[in-house]
Amino acid sequence: MAHDHNSKEKVVYVGDSRVKKYKKNNVPLDYSAYPGNSEAFIPNFLLKEWMVGSVFLVGFMILTMSHPSPLGYPADPTKTDFVPIPDWYFLFMYQLLKYPYTSDAYVVLGTLVLPGILFGALMLAPFLDTGKERRWYKRPIASSLMFLSLFATIFLTMVSWQGYQHELEELNIIPEHLERAEKIAAGLEEPGGKEAEPIAIVNKESEGYEIYQKASCVSCHAVDLNGVSSMPSLLGIGDKHSKEEITDIIYNGFGSGMTGQAQANLDAGLTEADLDTLAGWLAEQKAPAGEEAPEEATESH
Amino acid sequence: MLKSVYNWIDERLDITPMWRDVADHEVPEHVNPAHHFSAFVYCFGGLTFFITVIQILSGMFLTMYYVDDIVNAYKSVDYLQHQVAFGVIVRGMHHWGASLVIVMMFLHTLRVFFTGSYKAPREMNWVVGMSIFFVMLGLGFTGYLLPWDNKAYFATQVGIQIAASVPYLGQYIETFLQGGEIVGAQTLTRFFALHVFFLPGALLALLGGHFFMIRKQGISGPL
Ligand code: HEC
Ligand code: HEM
Repeated sequence: MAHDHNSKEKVVYVGDSRVKKYKKNNVPLDYSAYPGNSEAFIPNFLLKEWMVGSVFLVGFMILTMSHPSPLGYPADPTKTDFVPIPDWYFLFMYQLLKYPYTSDAYVVLGTLVLPGILFGALMLAPFLDTGKERRWYKRPIASSLMFLSLFATIFLTMVSWQGYQHELEELNIIPEHLERAEKIAAGLEEPGGKEAEPIAIVNKESEGYEIYQKASCVSCHAVDLNGVSSMPSLLGIGDKHSKEEITDIIYNGFGSGMTGQAQANLDAGLTEADLDTLAGWLAEQKAPAGEEAPEEATESH
Repeated sequence: MLKSVYNWIDERLDITPMWRDVADHEVPEHVNPAHHFSAFVYCFGGLTFFITVIQILSGMFLTMYYVDDIVNAYKSVDYLQHQVAFGVIVRGMHHWGASLVIVMMFLHTLRVFFTGSYKAPREMNWVVGMSIFFVMLGLGFTGYLLPWDNKAYFATQVGIQIAASVPYLGQYIETFLQGGEIVGAQTLTRFFALHVFFLPGALLALLGGHFFMIRKQGISGPL
């Protein structure tokens, strides 16, 4: 062993440590006094170690930036249908409580006895495994117990996680933090926990509003401008398109979902001047200052 | 320049022996991955410490925005996440770091176990290490509640219920953690205090002991 000096040497250590058995003066040994290729921690080793640290930090920062941490909806104690789930490293103990002999009448086995044995044995490992042998393959009892506990822990964790996924599927629940992240990304919700407030219709008294109600637009964009089922909303459309652009949309259609509407409306009795007024009124539909629809909201329409 | 400043201070305070005690030690060949690649397992303890430092620093920044009452806790976290410059990164570091530190600590524990490094004369350091392990789990449990969303709330509720089912002690644990009839305002302030003051204090004290013992005894020898 590295630091094992036999008792004829001048300096005797406790075990293989660097604690001297007999009190001597406290001048640190030169590194050449240690066996093998020992080197100084400062600066030699630290200069290499910080590079390992940097690589580690870069990987960690990539993880952090590519996966924003989850946040669901504010806690609501009256909620009854929430499927509770602890952080992943508690799952094995959580799962343990779900078996017949570790729950209900026997719950003490699951909460106290088994974890107590596991952690108690771990805590006292140095006093239970007192042999001199350090290599793991020469310590069959200690090593196999550890392998067994490892296996059990991993197994319980996996079963617990699968059970959770299964339960979600069965109840058709999307975990709230995922649901919310999706909604925020789709612009259906603003960060801050509240549903995005619909933008109000501007200038309802206008002639444009009356024309809109008579025009073909309502069949898709709805009388309240908010869009029928999955059709896009025209609320706040003035933030996105000018009057000229809207006129163009009325005559020539938009994207793949909307064909030119001018002819149908002219046939139905509206005049070109009416369509001009309509386009002008739609261009007035702007969100109140400072409350512009979130970027994603407008993009997704 | 630096050297003369150092000498000036050293002359007055005789600090050389002190920093020698703290930092000037040898790295034996068998734990140095530059010599034996498999020695990377000896890095796990250092990496655990590295993430612990990240946790402490990012946590300090989080408390600049976090408010520990039930009306504002969620809002403050949401504000930090979505409005504050780099808030999403600070919170992300603390969130992912919390998992990673458990992984690293676990790997470190396995390294110490399978190299039999807990044997004499290092028994005490293993016991201190296990205590660190429990403190870390405590930090994980108390930190999970703080964002005060439904996931946090109901996990804590179940956790406290499980603790409460322990015979005799259960009711005291429940009162201690919950502070009231239900998981509520009291629980949040208690968990915050535990997470930010009590447990980190215990952690630092234990880490101090851990490192003192490693320094004093040196790393265990080659197998
Ligand atoms: C047949 C249903 C339908 C009718 C009728 C209709 N639209 Fe549309 N409109 C759509 C669809 C679908 C889209 C989105 C097309 C796409 O993105 O591919 C759209 C897009 C638009 C847009 C652009 C929206 C944006 O987010 O950029 C405007 C402006 C618009 N319509 C105005 C009108 C007006 C004014 C009328 C009445 C004259 C009208 N639409 C009638 C279906 C309709
Ligand atoms: C925050 C958590 C911890 C930190 C930062 C930490 C840090 C360290 C460091 C830096 C070392 C030097 C050797 C190495 O890096 O492998 C070490 C050694 C040691 N650790 Fe930890 N540790 C932590 C938790 C634990 C735990 C949970 C245990 C076990 C229960 C433990 C038991 C030990 C023992 C016995 C040694 C001496 C090993 C030897 O001399 O070979 N530590 N620790």
